[in-house]
Amino acid sequence: MVLVANLQGAQANRLHKVQALQRKENRFMSKREFTSRDSEARGGPGVEIVRSEAPSELLRELVAHLRQNRTQLREEWVVRITETRLLTAMTKEEIFAEATSVYDSYVEALETEAFEALQAYARNLSERIIPRGVETHEVVGIVLLLRDVLARSLFAKYQTDFKKLNRILDAYEPAANRIANTVAVGFVQERERVIRQQQEAIRELSTPVLQVRERLLILPIIGVIDPQRARQLTEQLLRGIRTNRAKVVVIDITGVAAMDVTVANHLVQTVEASRLLGATVIVTGLSPEIAQTLVTIGVDLGKMNTVGDLQGGIEQAERLLGYKVVTLAETR
Amino acid sequence: MEVPILKQGEVLIATFQAALSDADLEHLRRGLVQQVVKLRSRGVIVDVTAMDVMDSFASRTLREIAHMIRLRGAETVIVGIQPEVAFAMVQLGLTLEDVATALDLEEGLAYLTQKFKNPD
Repeated sequence: MVLVANLQGAQANRLHKVQALQRKENRFMSKREFTSRDSEARGGPGVEIVRSEAPSELLRELVAHLRQNRTQLREEWVVRITETRLLTAMTKEEIFAEATSVYDSYVEALETEAFEALQAYARNLSERIIPRGVETHEVVGIVLLLRDVLARSLFAKYQTDFKKLNRILDAYEPAANRIANTVAVGFVQERERVIRQQQEAIRELSTPVLQVRERLLILPIIGVIDPQRARQLTEQLLRGIRTNRAKVVVIDITGVAAMDVTVANHLVQTVEASRLLGATVIVTGLSPEIAQTLVTIGVDLGKMNTVGDLQGGIEQAERLLGYKVVTLAETR
Repeated sequence: MEVPILKQGEVLIATFQAALSDADLEHLRRGLVQQVVKLRSRGVIVDVTAMDVMDSFASRTLREIAHMIRLRGAETVIVGIQPEVAFAMVQLGLTLEDVATALDLEEGLAYLTQKFKNPD
């Protein structure tokens, strides 16, 4: 019985669909056209009927409404933004200018349902405002505010025709959600891109291998060493030894406050690997904490050449290389 | 592939051309240990620049070569270990302890010359 009812329902659907197609050519048909609301309104339960207006038409009406009330809605939005204290990093004029272009892009995305332009705009906007310290919650906040403002204006306009209001919201909300999603994702992606870029920059800057004299390199390490950075450091040092034909390397870790066991072991391995390349390593500036770590893991200090400070390290390196620094007065 | 052993003054030089089999390494060890006394050499340089992989057998053999040659009255220097190889070796615990190392052939020769002058 159920099967028969379904079949009948399906047939009815098909019939209605054909009629609808004939009635309104070129209209986009989607699944969303069949809703229970319609079936209640038009036919008995279980029989679905094509809605009289397609979402695209509703959207067109909606967009026309938003265009008409552009000035007023935009003002209202800006007021709401200021009220909720979002975008405090920007001036009123800037907020107004941005709001205008966001509003227009928003309406355009609603109209065309093409999100590429909006995505590009969101990325561009993020690029401009991220350096000013605008947070993710602010960007999401303003888009949601706009959604709210627009929805309220729709309520105000269609409050007399409840069914129509429902249909308009059905058409509006998925599109608005998608827009909010697109903007938020665009912002977060841009932010992540900036972070990645900065991480790379820090990584490149953080491990300079410097030649102070012929065959003498120094490697000042500052900040936290994580295993990844330690690895990169070793690679750069070993490559530096080869290209500069270094015989002595001074690794200064004055700027490193603490070191975990993995990294300490890595440091010892770096010293060993440098020796295999024929270079002697002198480690300087060990903090008490690091000294404690090295003792705890039982590092063979015979292999590690350590000197208190960088100056002492360089002096010892010069001795190893056969240099002697004398003042001009002594030479006379 | 056999490793040629060249004589340069008081120094013997063995240059690895490519990855060597275990048998080649054994052969090299025998050759070097014999030649070093026969040719009255005071130093041996083993150049491993061409090796991009150093396994535990190769590393142990190098160490044995160095120790045997010391017992035969000469000095050994391993030269030309690539940076990547060096770090990989250290991570595997193959540190060639008590064996002298130098950056390249030139450095190795300089090291031996220095060593011949003051043999402390």
